[in-house]
Amino acid sequence: MSATGLRSEEALEQGVAMPRPASRGEGRVLLLRTVTLVVALALWQALSGNLVDPFWISSPLAVGAKLWLWISTGVLFRHLLVTIEETAVGFIVGGVCGVVLGGLVAQSRILQRTIDPFVTAVYGIPKVALAPLFIMWFGIGLMPKFVLAGISVFFLVFFNTLAGAREVDSSMVDALRMMGARPAQIHRIVILPASFPFIFLGFKLGLPYGFVGAVAGEMMASNEGIGFLTQNSAGQYDTAGVFAALTALMTVTVLLDAGLARLERWVFRWR
Amino acid sequence: MTGTRASGANPLIEFKAVHKSFFVRGQQFDVVRALDLAVAPGEFLCIVGPSGSGKSTLLNMVAGLGPPSTGAVSYGGRPVSEVNTEVAYLTQHDTLLPWRTVADNVGVPLELRGMAAATRRPLVQAAIDAIGLAGFEGHYPRQLSGGMRKRAMLARTLIQDPQAILMDEPFGPLDAQLKLMLQAELMALWARSRKTIMFVTHDIVEAITLADRVVVLSARPARVNLIETIAIPRPRDVHRTRFAPEFETHYERIWAAMELGALAQVPA
Repeated sequence: MSATGLRSEEALEQGVAMPRPASRGEGRVLLLRTVTLVVALALWQALSGNLVDPFWISSPLAVGAKLWLWISTGVLFRHLLVTIEETAVGFIVGGVCGVVLGGLVAQSRILQRTIDPFVTAVYGIPKVALAPLFIMWFGIGLMPKFVLAGISVFFLVFFNTLAGAREVDSSMVDALRMMGARPAQIHRIVILPASFPFIFLGFKLGLPYGFVGAVAGEMMASNEGIGFLTQNSAGQYDTAGVFAALTALMTVTVLLDAGLARLERWVFRWR
Repeated sequence: MTGTRASGANPLIEFKAVHKSFFVRGQQFDVVRALDLAVAPGEFLCIVGPSGSGKSTLLNMVAGLGPPSTGAVSYGGRPVSEVNTEVAYLTQHDTLLPWRTVADNVGVPLELRGMAAATRRPLVQAAIDAIGLAGFEGHYPRQLSGGMRKRAMLARTLIQDPQAILMDEPFGPLDAQLKLMLQAELMALWARSRKTIMFVTHDIVEAITLADRVVVLSARPARVNLIETIAIPRPRDVHRTRFAPEFETHYERIWAAMELGALAQVPA
């Protein structure tokens, strides 16, 4: 073997394999974002009490004070925890059902085609429209929120799992079969990892929907959770309270999204 | 020249009156017509022929991935009726698993047998070293060039230690130097293990360098135009076979048989 030929090729490949340099302007974008936020908040503060009655729009300082009150008394975390619990239970149960059923249905083309119009029809219903029904069935406790969050997550995971299992490269499956792989091994080594990006996408899209489902359920009927906090503040004409609850909601969704993006980069580092 | 090898041993792989047709939009395409061929155990057989002449189709039949339309393909005396796990198949498709590193890809055949990860590791390393990919064990396929991916697939094929190996233009995308190195590696491996190898290539020089016999297929539908027994003595040096006195004659005969096939296509 010729060492020189290999070495030069390897050097070239190492270059290809090196991580791309961090995109430039990252710091500037962060600065611009901060400026945008500060300007928006300052504008809001300036409008409030001068041009618009604070009764309608409150003000950043009042909202901040309200948030601080809720945080210091533990009110915020108590309600937040309830909403997170509802989302998590719905997310896990709905997601697992979605993967299992999606995987099973993918095994049979006929079954898939048979149920397709029905599943699509049910999927098309805005999930919030189901809330009154679930409240009728399951009362005003946590159960209807679990179901609402779960069903929102379920469909997205189900459809994506189905799509993923169908996308598997058949030549990879053939290669494994020729190596003597049993069906269970083919599922574990090829089909599951190959459909994993799709399944992950389903979960990623499903998470905010599950959160929305839980909050929507709370707003209909409940005495705890972020949805309740929003509704309750509005009921008392406490505009600062409404904005404070919305801020908490916004923060949670942003954090969830950022967390998922990080997880995604790590899970799919091979791409 | 007869279809069966003169050694007298029962063939390991045998094609008998094999036809294969595909239907494309209701129209029938004959890919293989009335083909007979026998491969002896331990033989290194190369198949050359015009592109689209059904060379891969023949390998697929032995692999059990696409049965003949009529006729029979047998392996070890038994007809191939399902996926043939006795043979390893190095296809043209890139079938590395993109979410696994090179080492984890090469180790798949051992993993399927239930071998523990610690036991696999030295064997995987040896296979990777043998095809010159040392240092790339932890790379993902996306990070490798086409030629390097091909070599990783070769390592995965060899680690299976099968009875027979089917290879579909395995060294096609490689540069000349690397090609010679891997040809030498393959020849050494074959000399040690005497595996049966069916090797499809479009490179006549490669076929003469490696093979015991070179089968020249006609243009589609494929028939056997010529079976050339290569008289160059072994052990052969891949760098020097083209200067062997027999080489010229073999090359000319094979080339003539290829041209015949290509010309026969025109009037049809």
